[in-house]
Amino acid sequence: MGMAEVMDTSIFGLLPQLPNDQPTNQTLTMVHWTDEERQAITSIWAEVNVEEAGHQALTRVLVVYPWTQRYFSTFGNVSNATAIAGNHMVRAHGKRVVVALGDAIKNLDNVKATYAKLSELHSEKLHVDPENFRLLGETLIISLAAQFGAAFTPDIQAAWQKLMAVVTAALSKQYY
Amino acid sequence: MYSATEKALIVSIWEKVTPHTEEWGGEALERLFTVFPQTKIYFKHVDTSPGSAAIRSHGDKVMKAIGSTAGDLDNMLTTLSSLSNLHAYNLMVDPVNFKLLSHCILVVLANHLPSEFTPEAHLAFDKFLAGVASVLSHKYR
Repeated sequence: MGMAEVMDTSIFGLLPQLPNDQPTNQTLTMVHWTDEERQAITSIWAEVNVEEAGHQALTRVLVVYPWTQRYFSTFGNVSNATAIAGNHMVRAHGKRVVVALGDAIKNLDNVKATYAKLSELHSEKLHVDPENFRLLGETLIISLAAQFGAAFTPDIQAAWQKLMAVVTAALSKQYY
Repeated sequence: MYSATEKALIVSIWEKVTPHTEEWGGEALERLFTVFPQTKIYFKHVDTSPGSAAIRSHGDKVMKAIGSTAGDLDNMLTTLSSLSNLHAYNLMVDPVNFKLLSHCILVVLANHLPSEFTPEAHLAFDKFLAGVASVLSHKYR
């Protein structure tokens, strides 16, 4: 990744430093994934229960960071942990988010382009503070740790955290 | 501010952590160094390889210090006073790293206690670790 990319995403804080050995302009802006990282992502993804992971992750965001409930006023009762966990709209929305994550995983070399429309949607229509992408990334990591136990090793966690940072950067791209 | 339920959750979860402070503390640090390699700068003279005795021992120390406050959350400033001084005047660890380690501790808890680490427990612990971080950076400036 080039300097432009690092500066672009620096406010999100957790993006790891990557080797800058790409000579062309296009490849300077590509995210570089090692084979191990790709393997870590696809092997976990193959076993993820998409609906359950999405439900866990979104429920945790709404419970642990209650101010995020501001975005879900049309979802009915999201005012306490029990209501949130039992809310069908929260469950459906969590699933939708993780299904969309699958698109990024299928297009690891071009997440920005894959998410261009979604980014516009979140900034122009939904007016979501991009900090929320980071929070959901964290709770998804925690949900995966709970589902996979020992299989969710530190190296696998690192690959997934990088994925979350890339997804966060892509979703934040169209904000201005 | 902790509700009575949150205090109880923190105490009951911590009871399950207590027999594993070395193993889980070591794991939290290993995750920290793997996911956020920049944190290793604070451990230049320590063997940070996975499973190292130094890291297990340090992880144990960190978890026990956190645990020392679990039963008396309203008096963290007193309980952690000397650690607060240490971090402010000697270690000067950038406070952003407290968030990174807290996240890794939450991952370890979810990993080993999947049924106990409910969203409510997660909330209580997120607040708890943020409280510890706040006390540790209390005297920074």
